[in-house]
Amino acid sequence: MEPTAEILQDLHRRMVRIRTFEEAAGRLAEANRLPGFLHLYVGEEAVAAGVCGVLRDEDQISSTHRGHGHLVAKGGDFKRMMAELMGKATGYCNGKGGSMHISDLDLNMLGANGIVGGGVPIAVGAGLANKYKGNDNVSVVFFGDGSTNIGAFHEAANMAAALQLPVVFVCENNEYGEYTPREQTMAITDVVDRAAGYGMPGVIVDGMDVVAMYEAAGEAVARARAGEGPSFIEAKTYRFYNHHGVQVLGMKYRSDEELERWKKRDPIELLEARLPEIGVMTVDEIAEVHREAEVEIGAAITFAEQSPQPDPATLLDDVYSLTGANGGEVR
Amino acid sequence: MTMTDSQTGTEVRQLTYVGAFNEAMRQVMADDENVFVAGEDVGKAGGVFGHFAGLAEEFGDRRCFDTPIAEQAIVGLGTGAAVSGLRPVVDLMFMDFVLVAMDQIANQAAKLKYMFGGKATLPLTITTNGGAGLSAAAQHSQSLEALLAHIPGLKVIMPSTPYDVKGLLVASIRDDNPTVFVSNKRMLGVKGPVPEELYEVPIGQGNIVREGDGVSVVAYGRMVPESLKAAELLAAEGVSVEVIDLRTVQPLDIDLIVKSVRKTNHIVVVHEAVRFGGLGAEISAQVTEQAFDYLDAPVTRVAAPFSPVPFSPALEAHYVPNAGSIVEGIRQALGLPTSAA
Repeated sequence: MEPTAEILQDLHRRMVRIRTFEEAAGRLAEANRLPGFLHLYVGEEAVAAGVCGVLRDEDQISSTHRGHGHLVAKGGDFKRMMAELMGKATGYCNGKGGSMHISDLDLNMLGANGIVGGGVPIAVGAGLANKYKGNDNVSVVFFGDGSTNIGAFHEAANMAAALQLPVVFVCENNEYGEYTPREQTMAITDVVDRAAGYGMPGVIVDGMDVVAMYEAAGEAVARARAGEGPSFIEAKTYRFYNHHGVQVLGMKYRSDEELERWKKRDPIELLEARLPEIGVMTVDEIAEVHREAEVEIGAAITFAEQSPQPDPATLLDDVYSLTGANGGEVR
Repeated sequence: MTMTDSQTGTEVRQLTYVGAFNEAMRQVMADDENVFVAGEDVGKAGGVFGHFAGLAEEFGDRRCFDTPIAEQAIVGLGTGAAVSGLRPVVDLMFMDFVLVAMDQIANQAAKLKYMFGGKATLPLTITTNGGAGLSAAAQHSQSLEALLAHIPGLKVIMPSTPYDVKGLLVASIRDDNPTVFVSNKRMLGVKGPVPEELYEVPIGQGNIVREGDGVSVVAYGRMVPESLKAAELLAAEGVSVEVIDLRTVQPLDIDLIVKSVRKTNHIVVVHEAVRFGGLGAEISAQVTEQAFDYLDAPVTRVAAPFSPVPFSPALEAHYVPNAGSIVEGIRQALGLPTSAA
């Protein structure tokens, strides 16, 4: 379906918010103001924005170690996200999760995941719950090209197809599994070839084109809502920063030329070149979206830095639920 | 089948261990629309040991259905459904197969609540069958409860009677935490009294199944009846054995154990799992920490040797603890002559 002007503005705003959050997180990490690991989503914004632009609040998503972008695209609050990255009590996970486990179940975001492929079976379970309850909600699982090499992916994809569950598989093929080129870890060029093995329709989409992502996701989500089972989308995309952290140039595992080639197809710049041409947004209006995001992230960083550290007395909280049959008292 | 309750004179219905499991499933599913069962052969086949017999017919294939042989996806299916508001029971058939699904069990289901700052609720029950003694060999006979009990976020249930099977399974399914419910596959045909109504046995509470004051024997699963046999053998010699059935290994009812040790001053821990790093090591450490001054002898462990479970009945008979080896362990703990001496 052709996105309306309103939808294009929404997709643009989602991408800009992701980029703004991630650039800020990268700067904080470089300044040693963030503990732990950081996997930035910069370059891949069109995938999360395009897909989440199709979704309803009730639809679930599960994510990866590179998960900030998915949460932002689903409506994540910068303040609670940044506080979580800093390990503060006010973070989405009360400082218990951090970057790699950031989640907001109120937004039906079932978590970033530190295990490659670990979120795929969980998303399939969410899809089962939707079918079981008889609603027409859809669960979407984001995963990288590398995830499709792990057993859990195969098991879950086959399960979703065998049980005809309302799940959309979104592969973010950024051509590297950590620092190893994809062609060294699989003997196929297009990850989507794997979908046929599950009896699942699959498409290749330009993952730097948010409109193409939106349209492909729209079709896959509509199919799932209609009870026609799972679909597979392979988004050809690229990460502008490293697997981990922010260093860009001079790394041995990929060439600076390759990076520059991809950066010429920056998903935000591509859309921003189009929007004034088609009369959807002026250059000033585009700049205003960036300004708003900068104000939002500035306030979020202040909020996070001024937030209290978690109380050590909360260390053992939430290991178990204290509800249910006979509580959770565990020694 | 019924028998008469010796105290009340009323007839108490008897069910097998697996029959009690099946009845718990049927009653909980009738009680709660959010409970469903998924796993290998749980549908029309009713489970390879009959745990789920008749459920697909009674509740339909929406609520009891077969899945591919794919343990990671089975547990993930349950985890995702649980976090989305359902109360899944997923079956892994043999306890050995938890190893196939360990990422989904230990890294995902067990940790989501904590990692998400408490927001997630995971009322997931994983059912499986453990224990040796059927010549099922090294990949279908293991007792891996120590691995599971080591993971914060999981509860681990190992009942020894049909009564506890029913009550603890109901409690497991209604509990809002990921729980691994381990049937012992050599006990499936054992009969015992089981009330017809729906009831719960509290998770985390052990049970003194024989009172005594000379030595505390701590066991769970099939080692409970073996320990009771050992107690009976020693009673003829005037040794008074107290037998504790833990019923749950995580949470561990250490208070009950310590209280007993303070009375008997001797403790023997019995399990089918290998001795090294087993529950006996943990219980030994906690008893030492909490009741050192009450101990008249070191903690004794009766457990499997440090090898895979052998196939041959001739070898397996030497591998799994039994009443005879438990008697030896008790003699050792009490400083009585053993057959080896």
